[in-house]
Amino acid sequence: MRLESFAGWRRMAEERGMPLWRVVLEYEMHQKGRTEGEIWARLAQVYAVMRDAVETGLREPRQTQSGLVRDTGKKLLGATLHVLSPEFTLLLAYATAAKETNACMGRVVAAPTAGASGILPGIYTFLSKHHQVSDQTLYEAMLIGAGVALIIEQKASIAGAVGGCQAETGTAAAMGAAGIVYALGGDISQIFESVALTIMNMLGLICDPVAGLVELPCVKRNGSAVVIAAAAAQMALSGDTAVIPVDEMVVAMGEVGAAMDTRFKETALGGTAATPTAQAIARRIWPDAELVRREDPPE
Amino acid sequence: MSQEPSGIFDMLGPIMIGPSSSHTAGVVRIGRVAHFLLGGPPEEARILFYNSFAMTYKGHGSDKAVIAGLMGFAVDDERIRDAISIAESTGLHYAFEPVISSAKNHPNTLVIYVKRGDQELTIEGISRGGGLILISSIDELHTNFTGQLPTLIVRAQDVRGAVAFLAAILTYDGVNIATLTVSRRAKDDMALQVYELDEPLREASLAYIRHLPWVRAVHLLPPV
Repeated sequence: MRLESFAGWRRMAEERGMPLWRVVLEYEMHQKGRTEGEIWARLAQVYAVMRDAVETGLREPRQTQSGLVRDTGKKLLGATLHVLSPEFTLLLAYATAAKETNACMGRVVAAPTAGASGILPGIYTFLSKHHQVSDQTLYEAMLIGAGVALIIEQKASIAGAVGGCQAETGTAAAMGAAGIVYALGGDISQIFESVALTIMNMLGLICDPVAGLVELPCVKRNGSAVVIAAAAAQMALSGDTAVIPVDEMVVAMGEVGAAMDTRFKETALGGTAATPTAQAIARRIWPDAELVRREDPPE
Repeated sequence: MSQEPSGIFDMLGPIMIGPSSSHTAGVVRIGRVAHFLLGGPPEEARILFYNSFAMTYKGHGSDKAVIAGLMGFAVDDERIRDAISIAESTGLHYAFEPVISSAKNHPNTLVIYVKRGDQELTIEGISRGGGLILISSIDELHTNFTGQLPTLIVRAQDVRGAVAFLAAILTYDGVNIATLTVSRRAKDDMALQVYELDEPLREASLAYIRHLPWVRAVHLLPPV
């Protein structure tokens, strides 16, 4: 049993008369020899770590060793002026708080990667608190999200060093959008449209970490990624479509990632990382070049 | 390297201490391999951070991560953040050295020298990304294992039939060998055999191997 395309996933679900999440559950049972009970227990554990990452991020003082990131989630939590709605500000607060927990050496779930580890916690916390979505439904949404990521991993990439930031925060946002649509009652088509729309809207995003740290722009982008996921889910749930099928969008994402210059793939040589201010920050943070010993083998 | 298809908990995981799967989680795991080979935390440690690590190890907490691994902490242990002060309080002497070397092919390579009692150990590891690692040498003998499976590590005299002998013991235990790497310093000199196993072998078999006259040291590493 393979999970290689969205069309194949839909076919398996329809032929067997089962929801999308059960196809992923059976994939895992078949592929890894786990029992259904083990998988639900592990999902509950993953979810608990995600909720904890949000809560500690909002509660404890948060500052990274470099000082580049400081209390982003708490600032948003304390906002009194809301551009869209108080809930919108909270969604941003949850995601950035969880990502700050990661940046401050706290415990997170790399979903799909450590760099994107605030996005799903932000979305699931939001669905739980503001839509009263049950834990069981969220576990099912997590299975659907895992299915999305498994396909993207095979057809494009989930690693910033291979596909840029679109591969990390883009994939997490697509996983999250699918979860929102599922949890709020969308059907298979609407779930897949939300994935296609998310990829469409995050296509081309480069990975350009200042001083090579998983901090800036990572924390801010975990915030903007949940907004794009929410926008895509809203469009899909309102009956809008991406027009381009989701499998084609995944191929496009892989093609963009492959063509992306290596300066924009986690090397800290381009984009935000290459700005004069970022360069000055990098010089301040990293050890002096003379402290680094050079050891070259004899010719 | 594992070509197995990913599972859902590769996408929703690992559960780890941040910030970086390659610079934090992977480094903890390399340190943990050294911890298990020593049979406990070291008293002295010297860690060489190569190439990309040389420039970035501090900002990613790789220094805390490697010490945490040497103390035996797992990748999701919140003590990682305070690992250096915890290790200092136990009397660990340590040094970090950033090195740029064209002899190391992988950008994220580290070499660990450790001492515990009269034991000394050198291991070289590579952090491949996503928390995945590869141990590439033990005491300067080449090897190649990932730390994801129970791993039988045998340091022994290079004698005829050694691999067949040990493989037979594993067969009697009903243990399947996933991968096997063998290397040696020179003919009839010290050899290293590393078996990645689908399940651990019996404690009694391990004790038996340990008492073979040509065997110097045996370890059964749990998945790190």
